[in-house]
Amino acid sequence: MSFNIALWLSQDAITNGAIYALLALALVAVYTVTRVIFVPQGDFISLAALSLATLQAGLVPGTVYLLIGGGLLITAIDGVAVLRKKKLKRFAAIALENIALPAVIAGAAVWSASRPEDILLQVAVTLAIVTPMGPMLYRLAFQPVANAPILVLLIIAVAVHYMLTGMALVFFGGEGVRTQLLPDISFQLGVLNITGQSLAVIITSLVLIVLLAILFGSTVYGKALRATALNRTGARLVGISSEFTGRLSFALAALIGAASGILVSPFTTIYYDTGFLISLKGFVGAIIGGMTNYPLAALGSLLVGFLESFSSFWASTFKESIVFTLIIPVLLWRSLTTHRVEEDEEP
Amino acid sequence: MSALDVRDLSVGYGKVKVLHGLSLAVPEGAIATVIGPNGAGKTTLLMALMGLIPGRGAVVYGDRDIAADSTEERVGYGLCLVPERRELFSDMPVADNLLLGAFPRIRRGARDVEDDVAAVYQRFPRLQERRTQLAGTLSGGERQMLALGRALMARPKLLMLDEPSLGLAPRIVRDIFQVIADLKSTGVSILLVEQNARAALQVADYGYVLEMGELVLEGPASELAANPRVLESYLGLAHSPE
Repeated sequence: MSFNIALWLSQDAITNGAIYALLALALVAVYTVTRVIFVPQGDFISLAALSLATLQAGLVPGTVYLLIGGGLLITAIDGVAVLRKKKLKRFAAIALENIALPAVIAGAAVWSASRPEDILLQVAVTLAIVTPMGPMLYRLAFQPVANAPILVLLIIAVAVHYMLTGMALVFFGGEGVRTQLLPDISFQLGVLNITGQSLAVIITSLVLIVLLAILFGSTVYGKALRATALNRTGARLVGISSEFTGRLSFALAALIGAASGILVSPFTTIYYDTGFLISLKGFVGAIIGGMTNYPLAALGSLLVGFLESFSSFWASTFKESIVFTLIIPVLLWRSLTTHRVEEDEEP
Repeated sequence: MSALDVRDLSVGYGKVKVLHGLSLAVPEGAIATVIGPNGAGKTTLLMALMGLIPGRGAVVYGDRDIAADSTEERVGYGLCLVPERRELFSDMPVADNLLLGAFPRIRRGARDVEDDVAAVYQRFPRLQERRTQLAGTLSGGERQMLALGRALMARPKLLMLDEPSLGLAPRIVRDIFQVIADLKSTGVSILLVEQNARAALQVADYGYVLEMGELVLEGPASELAANPRVLESYLGLAHSPE
């Protein structure tokens, strides 16, 4: 291998590793706050990429119906409960969030579909469609069983993943898509041919990672998320509701998944089930971080990116196997070096 | 007028009944204490009052029955528990622990949280010295101060304290009880659960004795302190007269 090839492979590695890092951070956030191992993380990638491609084709994506349906379901469940208690204000808030907001987003989607040249609008609408799905999923699938053992939550997460994959197939069919985000600009840096797309991925990922660091380090909402992860009982006793932190962490996960989907779709063909494989690599990164350590998870994801890119050069048929085999030595290393923390000591 | 009125409260873990139909009250602006031996159900009582475990019976706070409300809602009403295990955010600095004590107020848009932090530092100067230190690295006494300070950040109307003296040196216990007495003078109603019956009955206005999940005695704290049964079982005078 020449130095030049190593440089090319590294560029690839960093571009992919940045996406894996974002996904790994989302997985760590969701796991530490809600104890859910968030298998459906990757489905947001597919849903976002397919929605964006549909908008670019001048059509309204089916995910809009998913959003409206989820909103109606939640209004039916929560709305009836608060109406029975005669809390009209609370009902208005629920209806506003779950009926009016999806309706506005649907309107924006219709408008965006009529303007195929407005890429910025398409990106904004895609984010607006996918992000609310996070809190909706939390409300419908996880909030009712928030105190269940981790294994139960994992099994539900797997079920939700299959449901979302199925929905994506129903709404978008089995065809793969690519999206057009930036004009095909590229420039030469030494031997490297740097494309605008890969630069956009790296810069956007870095910006998002910095924003996440600010959220968790300096804002009271981020601190509330960390507090819930550190001590569930303590968080409840100061009035941080697990419903609130659960919804917030799921919204973050959906936003990150949607952003990743938008970022990868110009250079990866996305099918209804592609997102899952991408997020699995973020998983390897998150596992390197023990599912709890944000910086280690991000670095681990970068390592996954390098491993993937170099093994695709040396042994391309075994590319995926090599990446996923990494889990075994990592788990060995982690089980030897970390003390096992009891799942929870709550009554 | 009672700040808290508990009527016929029963609590159990699965089939094991821990509390059998307790009725007790915390008078407005006063300190009520529940004393009793290990395993009597004192901690269970506080956890049920806070909504951390389900119970049967009425819990009337002010003029509403809050028995069906969540822990977070009760915090919103002005109830606050300083638990026996402190339940601090150990990997976060002292200052963040205090800030999060005011989380529901911040969400409602409170602007005076910094003043409250300053007030807590004034009450516990040690916490100000250690404000950038992680809560998990504090000593036992400092952890209790932080737990109390974090509770005060919520501006509680009814403060419940579970064994605030547990595991602390006598001098620090005195300090903590001094703070409890100070808090009462600011109008906070307090429900104090203690094994240290002597200190509890000294600071309290009214007392209950809980044994095996049932209230066996109650009365003004000064009368309880003179009750022969309390003297023998909880103040240890029969065995080691002072």
